[in-house]
Amino acid sequence: MPTYWTIAAAAFRQYSTYRLATVAGVFTNSVFGLIRASILFAAITTAGGELSGYTIAQAATYVWLGQALLAPIEAFGTREVSQRVHQGDVAIDLLRPTSFLGLYYAQKLGRAAFLLLGRGVPPLLIGALLTGLALPEDPLSYLLGALSLLLAITVAFLTDMLVNLTAFWLLETRGLTVVYTAVMNLLSGFLIPIVWFPDWLLSIARATPFPSMIQTPIDTLSGRVPPLEALPLLGTQLGWTAVLTAAALLMLHAGVRSVEVQGG
Amino acid sequence: MNLPEQSSTHSARLAVELVRLRRDYVVRSPVAGSRRRRRQVVRAVDDVTLRIDRGETVGFVGANGAGKSTTIKMMTGILQPTSGAVRVLGRDPVPERRHLAREIGVVFGQRSQLWWDLPLRDSYRILGAMHRLTDRAREQRLERLAAGLDLGGFLDRPVRQLSLGQRMRGEVAAALLHSPELVVLDEPTIGLDMVSKEGLRRFLREDRAERGTTLFLTTHDMGDVERLCNRIVVVNSGTVAYDGALDSFRERLGAPRELVVDLEEPLDVLTLPTAAHTLAVEAGGIRHRIAFSGAELTVPTLLTAIGSQAAVRDLSLSEPAIEDLVRQIYSRGGRL
Ligand SMILES: Nc1ncnc2c1ncn2[C@@H]1O[C@H](COP(=O)(O)OP(=O)(O)OP(=O)(O)O)[C@@H](O)[C@H]1O
Ligand SMILES: [Mg+2]
Repeated sequence: MPTYWTIAAAAFRQYSTYRLATVAGVFTNSVFGLIRASILFAAITTAGGELSGYTIAQAATYVWLGQALLAPIEAFGTREVSQRVHQGDVAIDLLRPTSFLGLYYAQKLGRAAFLLLGRGVPPLLIGALLTGLALPEDPLSYLLGALSLLLAITVAFLTDMLVNLTAFWLLETRGLTVVYTAVMNLLSGFLIPIVWFPDWLLSIARATPFPSMIQTPIDTLSGRVPPLEALPLLGTQLGWTAVLTAAALLMLHAGVRSVEVQGG
Repeated sequence: MNLPEQSSTHSARLAVELVRLRRDYVVRSPVAGSRRRRRQVVRAVDDVTLRIDRGETVGFVGANGAGKSTTIKMMTGILQPTSGAVRVLGRDPVPERRHLAREIGVVFGQRSQLWWDLPLRDSYRILGAMHRLTDRAREQRLERLAAGLDLGGFLDRPVRQLSLGQRMRGEVAAALLHSPELVVLDEPTIGLDMVSKEGLRRFLREDRAERGTTLFLTTHDMGDVERLCNRIVVVNSGTVAYDGALDSFRERLGAPRELVVDLEEPLDVLTLPTAAHTLAVEAGGIRHRIAFSGAELTVPTLLTAIGSQAAVRDLSLSEPAIEDLVRQIYSRGGRL
């Protein structure tokens, strides 16, 4: 454990050195939050003050929590692992006496912690000032929300890792990353809440791990779904964590044995 | 695999055991005018058998594409052999890769195992945690490494700001931090200037003398082999073309050594034994350059022969460069 803690702390420190990127991230995040909030407000006002269970205040909370999660979830996908596979640097990772997945997960947690504090919390505060937020009444919501957030980051890490690990077999994974990002932004409930989907799309979304990445932590944290009802959602997140971990381990196992580590 | 009793106790003494090791790469190359790709098998390593005792220092040399890096990848467990057996420190590298990673230190000259954006010192903190070193053990070892490899000046600088030579010394320190039993270096001196090369070699010798490590290195710099290794293995097209002690390597090839003598009085011609011949006469007959086979003729015999004809004022002897010898092996079709 201290090993992974040290790795996570190093990733946190590393990301904290990218100051300009942090400022730029906070700025874009806040601007897009404002745009998204005004579109949703217009839709809700047109619908008469409430749309499928969302009031103006709830929509504002939904938007700003979503903006806050964007960075730590890394909704636009990462390319580090696939690039390291393609350039053969994965050899270095495989020669570490730590588990490959554990190493990257620890790095992800350290990075996510920084991205949450550095890039997630500021837009949330800005949102609270500009549009106000609907905060949960039950203190349990915060606790479950934090847990759900951790699981969301985990599920997003694992799905992204699966996409990256295809690099063991595919020479080009960029196309897959683009598709992944598009599908993830829609089905995760980031663009609009999944309960606003038509039924058929909603059932598709619920059959994927994507809602576990954004919709679930937002609902749990905001208290829109009360703690008791949030428990099964967290159970779903846990289930996906188990399934995706198994899939990633399988892919890694097969990949390492079939791979021809590139470059002399 | 069921190894007989006797061979397994023998294996325990060996640091590295490669038996009939082979690795094929499947390459698919596009064919003009067709959507299909042609499947082609490249045999990178072909039947390599090699046994290295603990404590040996082996230089693994050969031309580009001879199969050196491929062999190292199989030894470290990141590449599955096509056929043959590998045992490193008594372990099967592929299934026991992570165990092995605790016992060996590896440097791939063209890859970095350091954390690019963090101060160099942080990389050692992380590596120390990965290898479960106590803070005290890590700091003590780092102090030794920093002194020997001269890292002091840049331990607190981010790795991305280091020069190539500084980074390479940092890489070697990273591979040695956990005091591994076997050190595998794939082109460790690539891109280093003469001073850095010498510094690195000196430290590797010292560290080896202190801890009795096994050293296995590939290089295109014969100075590395001459200064670090007592055994040389030459690979050619994936097979072992020579394997033996460094000294006998020179002798077996009967490689011409060169003797330069300065005479008291000028002399146009020196009569020499059959295994020697004059390469050049310079300075009006004062300086004679003589090539001779080290296997057939000793230096005293040669000097006696010269001394009977003229008085010698000064002399120097140069050893053949190993890269010339490797070239000779290749020109003989890869066989001695
Ligand atoms: N991933 C790969 N896919 C296909 N062929 C490969 C691959 N890696 C190496 N080869 C081929 O295998 C052979 C041996 O390569 P290797 O990298 O082991 O050589 P080397 O002895 O380390 O050479 P160098 O001195 O240039 O580093 C070469 O012919 C090379 O083209
Ligand atoms: Mg090589």
